[in-house]
Amino acid sequence: MKKVYCEVSKCLGCRSCEIACAVEHSKGKTLFLAIKEDPISIQRRKVQSVSKLVISDACHHCIEAPCVNACMSGAMYKEKDGSTQHDEEKCVGCWMCIMACPFGTISRSKKLAIKCDLCKDNVKGPMCVISCPTKALLFKEVQRGDL
Amino acid sequence: MSDKEKSVDPATNEIMNLACKGEIETVFDRYEEMEPECGFGQLGVCCKNCVMGPCRIDPFGDGPTTGICGATANTIAARNLVRMVAAGAAAHSDHGRDVAHTLLIASEGKTKGYEIKGEEKLLNLAKEMNVKTDKRKIEEIAHDVAEKCFAEFGQQHGELQFTHRAPKKRQEIWKKFKFTPRGIDREIVEIMHRTNIGVDNDYVNILQQGIRAALGDGWGGSMIATDLQDVLFGMPKPIRAVSNLGVLKADEVNIVVHGHEPTLSDIMVTASQDKELLELAKQKGAKGINLAGICCTANEILMRHGIPIAGNFLQQELAVITGAVDLMLVDVQCVMPALSKLAGCYHTKVVSTSPKAKFPNVEHVEFSEEEALPIAKKIVRMAVENYPKRKKELVNIPKDKMELVAGFTAEYVYHMLGGKYRATYRPLNDAVISGRLRGAVGIVGCNNPKIKHDWAHLELTKALLKKDVLVVTTGCSALASAKAGLLIPEAAKKYAGKGLQEICEAVGCPPVLHMGACVDISRILMVLCNVLSEGGLGEDISDLPVAAAAPEWMSEKAVSIGFYAVASGIYTVLGIPFPILGGKEITDFITDKMENVVGAKFGFEPDPIKAADLIVKHLDAKRKALKLKPVMYGE
Repeated sequence: MKKVYCEVSKCLGCRSCEIACAVEHSKGKTLFLAIKEDPISIQRRKVQSVSKLVISDACHHCIEAPCVNACMSGAMYKEKDGSTQHDEEKCVGCWMCIMACPFGTISRSKKLAIKCDLCKDNVKGPMCVISCPTKALLFKEVQRGDL
Repeated sequence: MSDKEKSVDPATNEIMNLACKGEIETVFDRYEEMEPECGFGQLGVCCKNCVMGPCRIDPFGDGPTTGICGATANTIAARNLVRMVAAGAAAHSDHGRDVAHTLLIASEGKTKGYEIKGEEKLLNLAKEMNVKTDKRKIEEIAHDVAEKCFAEFGQQHGELQFTHRAPKKRQEIWKKFKFTPRGIDREIVEIMHRTNIGVDNDYVNILQQGIRAALGDGWGGSMIATDLQDVLFGMPKPIRAVSNLGVLKADEVNIVVHGHEPTLSDIMVTASQDKELLELAKQKGAKGINLAGICCTANEILMRHGIPIAGNFLQQELAVITGAVDLMLVDVQCVMPALSKLAGCYHTKVVSTSPKAKFPNVEHVEFSEEEALPIAKKIVRMAVENYPKRKKELVNIPKDKMELVAGFTAEYVYHMLGGKYRATYRPLNDAVISGRLRGAVGIVGCNNPKIKHDWAHLELTKALLKKDVLVVTTGCSALASAKAGLLIPEAAKKYAGKGLQEICEAVGCPPVLHMGACVDISRILMVLCNVLSEGGLGEDISDLPVAAAAPEWMSEKAVSIGFYAVASGIYTVLGIPFPILGGKEITDFITDKMENVVGAKFGFEPDPIKAADLIVKHLDAKRKALKLKPVMYGE
């Protein structure tokens, strides 16, 4: 399946992907509207510094996803396309998925777990990839050993 | 590039299509390439005032809520914003300084090409500035006035001379909140100091200094620029001319002047009419020499000489793409560095002239006021000699051009309405009092590729005209109105409400009045002062049913203008918000609470129709507060 990858050598840590992610998951869908919303939209992608390297990271959409196994309400599930999705209607906010995720890419709003959905409702694809000024983020199919 | 039309102007779209086909890159392509733009920058929460950072406040998630020094989003946004004010005020004021310098050395007889054409204005200024005029030569008076204006820049204490032109009540507000500028340069420097790491951290206090510097622009640098230009180059009077890319001529040498300061462009008018050079042009096969302008330097020579307008800010590259421009002379401000590379695709020679503004790979002919005319002639000669290199197959001049009337000033309004013998503002005040006019709005500012070229200017202007609002305009907005045919008296019938139509018919003026370049927004301030002294419409600018708008602004100069407008009491609506939305409290202050301090505030509204609604509502509220009758026609 297609996933978002970060080419670490190109990432400058500008965090444009974070902003794009929050805007895409807001009600208003534009920066100037999103900034005024209450509750404010939360980004699902985080730029992190790891031993002096910068990486933009979000849900890895693992083939065998520990979060899905850990979810007691069935909110976290594997989609047919292979992506890991989260049904917010079913989420009870027990945070077991957050405990189980080996990458720490699930965050929490007040009541619900929140994670990357690959912008499944946007025909343009993941907005973090589109927003990246250095094209460090790639949305593509990758075989083991390609990167 | 996407095929969506970039402009409401057919000439612009025609040349854009040409550019697309030829894979010539323009500002519109570069904008698309840049999208999406950085959210931190747009929200104003990125700080690089020291190198512990750069710091960014996370506007959404659980990232940093302060910078490394502890500065909050409000502090950072305020610091960034007032630095924009500093840059904008510096640009306008340095322009004013150059004009004062020119007047000074002209009065000493050290220049070639300048004379004092606005004697009446000079004498008025002399009176205002306590310069003796009895039995003195005009040059001596000019010298002292220039020196006094020069001193305003470096003044360290006291009050700027021209702030005393403001209504008494306004001056008191300025004094009370320490807004009165002490010296033009001093306030700009103080912004840079206060925004340095670890100095001023209270966003309200930071804005106070921003206001002070901006007032030093509006009632200082810009006002000096306008007034002394009138002294040097003559008072503008309404004049007919033509606008848009169609003014370029296929069989003449086309010279386009682009930038802001008329010290050179005004002399270019003389140089382009030089007999010897016209003869040379004929020898080279051209029928004549055609001078045209872009941006505000165009406005300057348009309103004094009727020189045609080739276009506004977003059309500068398009002029080159017509293939018909033999030479483009640039000075300072709003000149895109992209011109250098673009000109390489055509025969067009781009020539930079200001020691302050050079461009890689662009021929530089340095301008000096002392040698103004010889330098201007040299540049015209370069254009003429370049004419034979024009590639006929690359020439595409759009047919579109439009008539216009430009050159209204605060002084001219007296005669326009009162006639030659009983010069007065009374009819204007009466028109507002009786409700024939709802009020007046200044629509000004730049172009910005974020907004369809000229669209917001025109939509807003038309929406207001319909509501019997007199529109005054400067800068690139004025040029947008010119190209769309709003600057001719006939436009009143087509676009204005009934009350405004009656006035335009009686006076014979257009419903949109062209008042000059962006520094000439100081003229609009003077109109408002004159209206107030005529009486019947309150005591302060903030009492008047007036507003301002910059629907397509992009330059830091617009930030400074916005601040001096609001601080003078004028409600101002911007099409693109200030980059401060990441700081909630500062946004709230600027768009709301500021009204409690200066009697006016900012509005941010990208939709020009909604902006018109906001403005009409504001005008009506002001009318009500003045206990004026409801407007004569319409709701």
